[in-house]
Amino acid sequence: MVPIAITVNGKLRKAHVEPRTLLVHFLREHLNLTGTHVGCDTSQCGACTVLVDGRSAKSCTLFAVQADGSEVTTVEGLAPEGQLHPVQQGFWEEHGLQCGYCTPGMIMSAVNLLKDNPAPSESQIREGIAGNLCRCTGYQHIVTAIQHAARHSGKAAR
Amino acid sequence: MSTSAPVLPKLIGERVKRREDPRLIRGLGTYVDDLKVTGMRHLAFKRCDIAHGTITSIDTSAAAKMTGVEAVYTGADIAKILAPMPIGTPFPSPPHHAVAVDVVRYAGEPVALVVASDRYLARDAADAIVVTYDPLPAVVDPEAAMTGQPTVIHKDFPHNLAVALVPSGTGVAPDYSSIDNSAVDKAFADAEVVISQRMVNHRLVPNAMEPRGVLAHWEPGKDTMTIWSSTQNPHILKTMIAAMNGLGQHQVRAIAPEVGGGFGAKINIYAEEYVCSVVSKQLGLPIKWVEDRSEAFVATTHGRDIIGYIDLAARKDGKVLGLKMRLIADIGAYNMLLTAAIPTLTMLMANGTYDIPAIRTTLTEVFTNKTPTDAYRGAGRPEATYFVERAMDMLARELKMDPAEVRRKNFIKPNQFPYQTQMGAVYDSGDYEKALDAALTASNWKGLVAERDQARAEGRLVGLGLAFYVEVCGLGPSSSLPTGGWEHGQVTIERDGRITATTGASPHGQGNETTFAQMLADQFSVPFEHVTILHGDTGIVKQGIGTFGSRSQAVAGTALHLAGGKVRKKMAQFAAAMLEASEDDIVFENGMVGVKGAPAKAKPFAAIAAYAYVPVPLPPGMEPGLSDEAFFEPNNNTYPFGCHISMLEIDRETGEPKLLKLIAVDDAGHLINPLIVEGQIHGGLAQGIGQAMIEEAVYNEDGQLLTGSFMDYALPRATDFPRFELSATVTPTPVNPLGAKGVGEAGTLGSTPCIVSAAVDALSQFGVTHIDMMLRPEKLWRIIHNHGGGRS
Amino acid sequence: MIPVAFEYQRATSVDDAIAKLAASGGGKFIAGGHSLVPLMKLRLSEPAQLIDIARIPGLSGIRASGGRIAIGATTTHYEIAASPLLRDQCPMMAEAATEIGDPQVRNRGTIGGSIAHADPAADFPAVVLALDADIVLKGPTGARTVKASAFFRGFYDVDLGAGELITAIQFAPVKSAGYAKLRQRASHYAVVGVAAALEVSGGVIRSARVGLTGATTHAVRLTSLEAALAGKRADAVAAACAGAANDVADVNADLHASADYRKAMIPVFARRAVERALAR
Repeated sequence: MVPIAITVNGKLRKAHVEPRTLLVHFLREHLNLTGTHVGCDTSQCGACTVLVDGRSAKSCTLFAVQADGSEVTTVEGLAPEGQLHPVQQGFWEEHGLQCGYCTPGMIMSAVNLLKDNPAPSESQIREGIAGNLCRCTGYQHIVTAIQHAARHSGKAAR
Repeated sequence: MSTSAPVLPKLIGERVKRREDPRLIRGLGTYVDDLKVTGMRHLAFKRCDIAHGTITSIDTSAAAKMTGVEAVYTGADIAKILAPMPIGTPFPSPPHHAVAVDVVRYAGEPVALVVASDRYLARDAADAIVVTYDPLPAVVDPEAAMTGQPTVIHKDFPHNLAVALVPSGTGVAPDYSSIDNSAVDKAFADAEVVISQRMVNHRLVPNAMEPRGVLAHWEPGKDTMTIWSSTQNPHILKTMIAAMNGLGQHQVRAIAPEVGGGFGAKINIYAEEYVCSVVSKQLGLPIKWVEDRSEAFVATTHGRDIIGYIDLAARKDGKVLGLKMRLIADIGAYNMLLTAAIPTLTMLMANGTYDIPAIRTTLTEVFTNKTPTDAYRGAGRPEATYFVERAMDMLARELKMDPAEVRRKNFIKPNQFPYQTQMGAVYDSGDYEKALDAALTASNWKGLVAERDQARAEGRLVGLGLAFYVEVCGLGPSSSLPTGGWEHGQVTIERDGRITATTGASPHGQGNETTFAQMLADQFSVPFEHVTILHGDTGIVKQGIGTFGSRSQAVAGTALHLAGGKVRKKMAQFAAAMLEASEDDIVFENGMVGVKGAPAKAKPFAAIAAYAYVPVPLPPGMEPGLSDEAFFEPNNNTYPFGCHISMLEIDRETGEPKLLKLIAVDDAGHLINPLIVEGQIHGGLAQGIGQAMIEEAVYNEDGQLLTGSFMDYALPRATDFPRFELSATVTPTPVNPLGAKGVGEAGTLGSTPCIVSAAVDALSQFGVTHIDMMLRPEKLWRIIHNHGGGRS
Repeated sequence: MIPVAFEYQRATSVDDAIAKLAASGGGKFIAGGHSLVPLMKLRLSEPAQLIDIARIPGLSGIRASGGRIAIGATTTHYEIAASPLLRDQCPMMAEAATEIGDPQVRNRGTIGGSIAHADPAADFPAVVLALDADIVLKGPTGARTVKASAFFRGFYDVDLGAGELITAIQFAPVKSAGYAKLRQRASHYAVVGVAAALEVSGGVIRSARVGLTGATTHAVRLTSLEAALAGKRADAVAAACAGAANDVADVNADLHASADYRKAMIPVFARRAVERALAR
C-alpha cells in the first residue's frame, strides 16, 4: 500500500492504495464517485473519462498512484451543486443520451474539446469524441448537444 | 376557472426533454456496479480458453488458499445446487450447465469460479485455478457442422442440428402435416427471370456499453432473495430465479436498476445470474459479479449469424411470382432463452412488404463451437429484410429497372390491409407507396442519381442504395411469447394529487419515464412534473414482462393508458359527488376538475384526490382511494415500416467505403415524443450501418474469437457516420388505442440492405451483383483490383 | 480487467530512474502508460515494479537549438500535435501525432513510450525514420545516441539495453514532409503508414527519406523508394511510388488485412505521403 493525495473535484483526498489500483476504481470504490464508468478493458470506450490536471484521460488506463498530486475532475464535480455545466445542459436539451452509461465520459470529452476549441465544426466535434463509444444514440444528438453547449458556453458563469 | 390561468400544453406528440437525464448527466444514475451491500463478496469466473474439449483436471488449491478467498466452485460443485438451465422455446435442447461439467463447447464457457473479499483478489484467485483439457476438434462453419463432422458437440444431436429442417409458407399446413409444393413450383416454372444468391447475415457482438452485472442477496432471516441485474426484464428474471432456486415467486425480488443498454442481449437469463443466486443462498452472503468487456465478448449472447439461400422468381416486368428462402442459422454451442425462436422471425417476415403469391422458406439451426446467439436489436427481422431487399435489388439490377419502381410494382396495397401473408402474419396497417414517395422526395432521388452519375464521370466509385422494410413488433398476443404477450400498468393518484404509475416495461435508454408521463399528464390534464413513472423493480411493479421487441409504447404504454382510464373514471365519480354534478359532465382541464358549462365549480385536481382518500361522505357504492391497474394484451403484433436511402463512396485505391448520406423515412404510427423517436432511429441506424460496414465477429478455425476486444471489433465511432436525415409518415395501427407501433429496432432493418445495395451499385461497373457484409476494405479493393480498376 | 500486483516508485531524475530500475529486478519504466497499462490489465505484461518517469524535470518539452529540434521522451502526443514550433517547422510530426489513438490517449501517451514499445503498427516509428532522428538514450553505463534506422530491429525489438531509457528524440526539422496512413477501423492503428521527408528545390525532389510502419515486423526505411524519388518532379511521383513495396518482404497479415492487400497499400500511402509533403 502506498499513500496518495489527489485533489478530486476541488477536495484533497488522501488514501493508502495498492499500486495496481486503477484511478477509476479509486474514484468509484474509495470515493464513491460512481458517475465515472468502466466500459472496456483496452482504452477504447472512454466511459471512464475524467479530467486529470485539466485534460481528458481514461481513468481505467491510469493507476491512482500516477495521479498522486494531480487535480482530477469527474462528472460529479463539473458544475456547482444545483447547477449544470453548459455541456450537461446541452445533453439534456438535445437528447444527447439514452441509457446514460457512456454519458459522463462523453461529457468530459466534450468539456476537453470545447476548452481547446470553443467553436468546433461538426467534424471537429466528431473527432473530439472519437475516444468515446456510444451504442445507443448513433452520436447525432450528442453532436447536436455539443453544438448547443458551444453556443451557450459564452454565457456560462465559468 | 380563470381565463388568465396558464393553459397546460398537450404533451403527446411534443419533443419533451427527458425526465431521466438530470440524474444521468450528473453521474448520479445507479447501475449494478455502483451498488454495495454490507458483507458483499465478489465473484469471478475462470473461463475456458479452448473452444471444445474434455476437462481432465481442475486444480483449485492455490486459489482456495489465498487470504480473502471465501469459496471456490467447479462446474461439478455448481451442478449439485443448480439444475441445467431452461430455455424458453419448445425445441429439444441439450443440457446446459451454468458452469461446464466435463466438456467445454465454446471459448469463454465458465469452468470454475471464486468468491473473494474484493474484485482484485477475486481476479487473482480465478487466475490461480489451473484447468487442463483434452482438446476435441472444433467446428465453426455451420454448413460443415451439419454433416456431423469433424465433431459432434452434443451427443444427442448427431448432426449438430438444434432444429432440423422446418418448412413454412405457401402450401405448408400449420401443423406441418402436409406440404404442397405446386404453387411454389408453378411460380418458378412461370418465371421469366430467377435471381439466386447465397447471402450471409454475419455474426455480431451486441456490446451494450454497460457490460452485464449481478448482485444477489439471500437474506436467511427473511427467506428472500433480492437480485439486482443489468437486465431488460426483471419479472422474467424473478420467475426464473425463483424456479431455479426452488423458491416461490413471492420470495424473490428482482431489480433492474439503471441499465446501460441491452439491445436484446440482456433479455436472456444468464448462467451468471443463476450462479450468483445459488452461491449467495449457499454462503448466506451478498454476491456480486460484474462482467469485464473481454468477458462480455464471449459470455454475452451474440446476434444474427444466418445464411440464406435466396431464389426469387419474377416476370420481366418486375412482378415477383415466388420466393424461396433456405435458412441456416448458426446458433453457437447452446440454446439460450429465445435462441431457437429468433430465426423463426426471419421466416415469418420473409415476404417483406411485398404481395408475393408463393413463398417457401425452410429453417435449420445448427450448433457450432461458438458463443450462443440470441436476440440482438431487430432479432430475425433485419435478416429477413436483408435477404428479401437484396434480392429485390438484384432483380431491379437484372431487369435494369429503378429500384424504387420494382418495389412499387410488388407492394401490398393500402386496401389489402389487414393483410394475411403467406407466412402466417397479419399485417395491421400500411401505406408503403406513401413512405416510398416520401423517401424519394426527402432524398431528392433524381438529384442523387444525377450526383452519382456526375461523380462516376469523374472516376469516383459512388453508389446509391434503397431499401424498404416492414417489422413485426409490439409483441404481441400471448400466443407469440412464452412469457405471455401482455403488459401491465398501474396508476395511482396520490393524496396530494401527484400521479405515480408503474409499468412492466423495463426501460434502459428508451425514455419511458418521459413518454409515459407525457401520456398520463395529458390524460389527467395535470403538469408533466406531477407524474412519476416507476419501473424495473418487481417489489414495486406488481406484474410485467419487460422491454424488448419494440413493445414498450404499443403494449406497456397502452396498459398504462387503460389503467389511467379506469382511475380517471373513478376520479370523475368522486368529483361528481363533490361538485354535485353528473359524472358525464365532469371535465379534467388545466390541473382542475370541473363541470362542463359551470366553470366556477371547478376544484383543483389535488382537492378531488384528497377527498377520495378521506371521503366524508363516502359516495354510495364507492371504495376510497384512486388506484387501478390494467393488463393489456394486443390482439395482434404491430407492423411499422419505412424506406431508407443511402449514398456511399468507395475509395478506388484502398477499397475503404464511406457513407455520404443516409435518408430514412419511418412510419411507426402515432408518435408520443418525436425527439425520443429520432434518438431510437439514429441508434438503430448506427447498429445497422455498423453491421453493414465495420462490425463483424470473426472466429478462427479453432473456435477462437479473433475480434474479442474493441481493438479488433470495430464498434462505430462518431467519425464513422454522416448526419442522418429523418422524416416520417404516419399510419396508425388499429391494434391499440394509441395507434403507436414501436420504433426501437426499425433502424436496424432497412439500413443493412440499403448500404450493401449502395456498395454494389458503386462497384456495378466491375460486374458485381452481390457483396456479403461487412464491407471490409480489402474485400472491396479485391473486386476493384481484380478488374484493373485500382487507378482512376 | 485487473493487473497483477506490483511495486511502484516515482523517479525524481533520469539518474534516479535508472538507479531505481537497476535495483528493482524485473521492473519497467512507465510514463503515459498507454502502451503498457492495457497489456498489464490483460495480464499480458506482469512487471514486478514500475518506475514512473512521467514527472522527471526536463524530460518533457519541445526545444529548438542549432537547427535541430529535441522532443523530450515524456512529451505527450497532444503536446506534439499542438506545438506551434512543430506545426511551423516540421508539420508532419504534429500531423502524425493527431493520427494516434483518440484525444484522451493523445493527452496521456508519450513519444518516448510509443517508440520504446515499438508496436509494429504505431505511427511515430515511421515518422522518426523519415526524419532520420536520433534516439537519445541513457542507462547505467551512460548516455548514447542511436539512429532511428538502427533503433527498430524486429518485432517489438529495439536497441534499448537493460535499464536504459529514452530521454529525447532529436532531428533536423523538415517542412516538406507528410504522413499518410490506412487506419485499422477498430483500433485506428496503422494497417499501413508511410512518412515521407523530402528535400525539394526548384520543384524537384533532391532527396527523400521514407519510413514505413504497419506492414512489417517493425518500422523500416523504404530505401529503394527514396532512391526512386530523388530527382523527380511532382508529376513523376506516382510512377516512382508504384514500386514502393518491391523490396518489402515478409509483409504482415492479420484479420484486418492480408499480406497482399497490405503490400498493395504501400505504394498508395507512399504516394499520398509524398504528395502531402510536396504540398507544404
